Amino acid sequence: MAGTHTRLRSAGSLIGSLIVAAASIGVLVLAPWWLLLAGLLLLAVWMAATRIGRQAWSVSEVGMATIPQRLGAASVVVVGIAGVVAVLVALLAMAAGFEAALQQGGSDDTAIVLRAGSQTEINSVLDHDSAVLVAQAPQVLRDAQGQPIASPELVLVAALPKKSNGQDANVEIRGVGEHAWSLRPGVRIIDGRKFGPGLREMIVGKGARAQFAGVDLGSTLSLNGQTWTIVGAFDSQDAHNSELWADTDVVAATYRRGSSTAGVTVKLTGADAFDAFKAGLASDPRLRVDAKTTRSYYTDQSAALSKLIRILGITIATIMAIGAVFGALNTMYAAVATRSREIATLRAIGFRALPVIVSVMLETMLLALAGGLLGAAVTWLLFNHYTVSTLGANFTQVVFAFQVSAPVLWSGIKWALAIGLIGGLFPALRAARLQITAGLREL
Amino acid sequence: MKYLQLVWSAMFRRKTRTIFTLLSVLAAFLLFGLLDSVRSAFANAAGSVAGVDRLVTVSKISFTLSLPKSLLPRIQALPGVATVTYANWFGGIYQDPKNFFANEAVADNFFDVFPEWQLSAAERTRFHETRTGAVVGASLAKRFNWKLGDKIPLQATIFPQKSGANDWTFDLVGIFRVSNPKQQSQESVLYFNWDYFDEARAFGNGSVGWYLTRVADRNQAQQVAQAIDALSANSDHETKTQTEQAFNAEFVSQYGDIGLIVGAIMGAVFFTLILLTGNTMAQAVRERIPELAVLKTIGFSNQSVLGLVLAESVLLIVLGGAIGLLLAGVVVDAVRAAVGEAVPMARVGASIWLRGLGLMVLIGLIVGALPARRGMRLRIVDALAGR
Repeated sequence: MAGTHTRLRSAGSLIGSLIVAAASIGVLVLAPWWLLLAGLLLLAVWMAATRIGRQAWSVSEVGMATIPQRLGAASVVVVGIAGVVAVLVALLAMAAGFEAALQQGGSDDTAIVLRAGSQTEINSVLDHDSAVLVAQAPQVLRDAQGQPIASPELVLVAALPKKSNGQDANVEIRGVGEHAWSLRPGVRIIDGRKFGPGLREMIVGKGARAQFAGVDLGSTLSLNGQTWTIVGAFDSQDAHNSELWADTDVVAATYRRGSSTAGVTVKLTGADAFDAFKAGLASDPRLRVDAKTTRSYYTDQSAALSKLIRILGITIATIMAIGAVFGALNTMYAAVATRSREIATLRAIGFRALPVIVSVMLETMLLALAGGLLGAAVTWLLFNHYTVSTLGANFTQVVFAFQVSAPVLWSGIKWALAIGLIGGLFPALRAARLQITAGLREL
Repeated sequence: MKYLQLVWSAMFRRKTRTIFTLLSVLAAFLLFGLLDSVRSAFANAAGSVAGVDRLVTVSKISFTLSLPKSLLPRIQALPGVATVTYANWFGGIYQDPKNFFANEAVADNFFDVFPEWQLSAAERTRFHETRTGAVVGASLAKRFNWKLGDKIPLQATIFPQKSGANDWTFDLVGIFRVSNPKQQSQESVLYFNWDYFDEARAFGNGSVGWYLTRVADRNQAQQVAQAIDALSANSDHETKTQTEQAFNAEFVSQYGDIGLIVGAIMGAVFFTLILLTGNTMAQAVRERIPELAVLKTIGFSNQSVLGLVLAESVLLIVLGGAIGLLLAGVVVDAVRAAVGEAVPMARVGASIWLRGLGLMVLIGLIVGALPARRGMRLRIVDALAGR
């Protein structure tokens, strides 16, 4: 009878602590940084001002002072959590970097018009007449000479060897109109000069220049038997950095595209003009086109891959976190076991259970925090601005850099604390329930 | 084997600790199984093509550009060429862009060049006779619950019909299978007739996406490839001809270095795992020093003590790891059943198991090495005295 009772009680307390753990992780994950900081301050005040708080502090002090004696075990918690955080932060930074590279290229007051149903520029073919019609729309901003600010653009692909492995990979060649520069004011020439209109000259984006061989200033490319010269390099701070730019008409001639283009990019009179612009194109029976703001065009292109990378990162980190939780549990149970005589003594001379719980939790959380910081620091050192490329929507390489940003680092730290919380809670509760008489006899 | 029980009871001397360690090992190898399955899927896509006797000819500038159909008789006439076929990428969307699968327009003799695509003779004839006919791989048919006779509407992204409309509808007349499990991803393709495609499309008529050439003697593949490229050298449509394997490998490598990413993650995971289980084993041996001394006293040699400790750590990792890999197999099968080939994952088969078991034994030995040496070297007198 007594046995059942005890078993029921211990099952009850297990469920109770599981609920506490789940709830605190929920708070930890959802809470903004200032709430956690406030909680930390409150804890400090409690430790300084109340009697039981001071007890908790002194027990914690003893616990932390003994960490150097069990460095091996403590490093299991730190390194285990550092591994989880490093992998999570690296993958989240990859997703953030890809998203940023594509989305910085978009704005709400420029629109891209492609053939209906095309989705991407590489699939789209727009004949000359349609391109002119689109540019004549009343919502398109005009320059000082009264010309609509519109750039008929052509996206084509060339296979060039990559510097990293010498294998051919696709690079995007974008033919742009004369207004391309006013449409994308962020694009700066960083080396050499712009291509001359009507000439077989190209300028190379910063990212493409770093990834591909044979595209440096002064080098020549042979496309369909015609020779092109690279005369400059540009930096656009977005996905255009992965491209080579040239005059639309000359590119069209080389690729035998006649007077057709892939699409037209236009500057609107304002972000609010887009709906009227889109409606105007849709109601024109001569046109079969889709219009999107460049922001939504580039967001659509990055959404699938960055979502995939995020899901992957969180799945991998979750599995690793489960492993790390058990590592932390092992270490902290062992720590409690070695300190059981000391804890029993403290309890015997009048210390309450709460300071003991707080001290074990605090110790674990501190180790977890150290692990989180270590993992975040390693990733930051190795991967911040680390440049990679992958296949984008136009079947061409999109060059992007990992962005180990503050929000990404912060979510890594939160994961570390959550792992520490679970890893510390159960050993802490065991320490608190320790039988004083048994503990005192322990060797 | 006769010591198995001894090792087993030593391992479960502290149940909680061993179970927690097992769960950590399990998590690590679950992850290994999943990631290696993804890596294998990419490696299979790159390297599993049945023979090097097929050549792929695409535009030298990029495979997104088309080639003139006039090359066909000229390639066919080259010595060493057995059969030539051609195809076009269509890029149609079924209902939603999320449902992505490859769809291509193929020439009459396409299935002659791909004998490993198993399509019954009756279905093949029907495919040729039905202008708007289409055949799909078995996995694809299963994914969308398609039956023979179904109408499959595709939204064109590149090629509108002459009327300007983007709607193309095909009649499902055949379902093909691929026998080699490594090539299962090839079952997620829809093929339709190139002649119908070329008649109906608004532009690009008379051009093909790529040529596929079957060579008579695979040892001559290189020479034939050079001869094909020589046909259009210095023209305005130069070609690049590679073996199918090289072409696929190059394409897959464009996604990024999957092997490197997987390797980096697994490196982090196993480094952590070695530290964690190493700590557990060190603790376990430290606690048992007197017991090991007793074993030595009753006649166990230094080597057998070493062996016992090593066996324990290997058993610990293999036990946890095997459960982890089993679980990974279940998860991969479930994912494949749910979303088909949309997520590139290979089945957790023999090769993944072999690599996994190799890693388990290796990690077990690394983890056990130091504690085992300690057990081997202990002096009975000191150990029994608790010094």
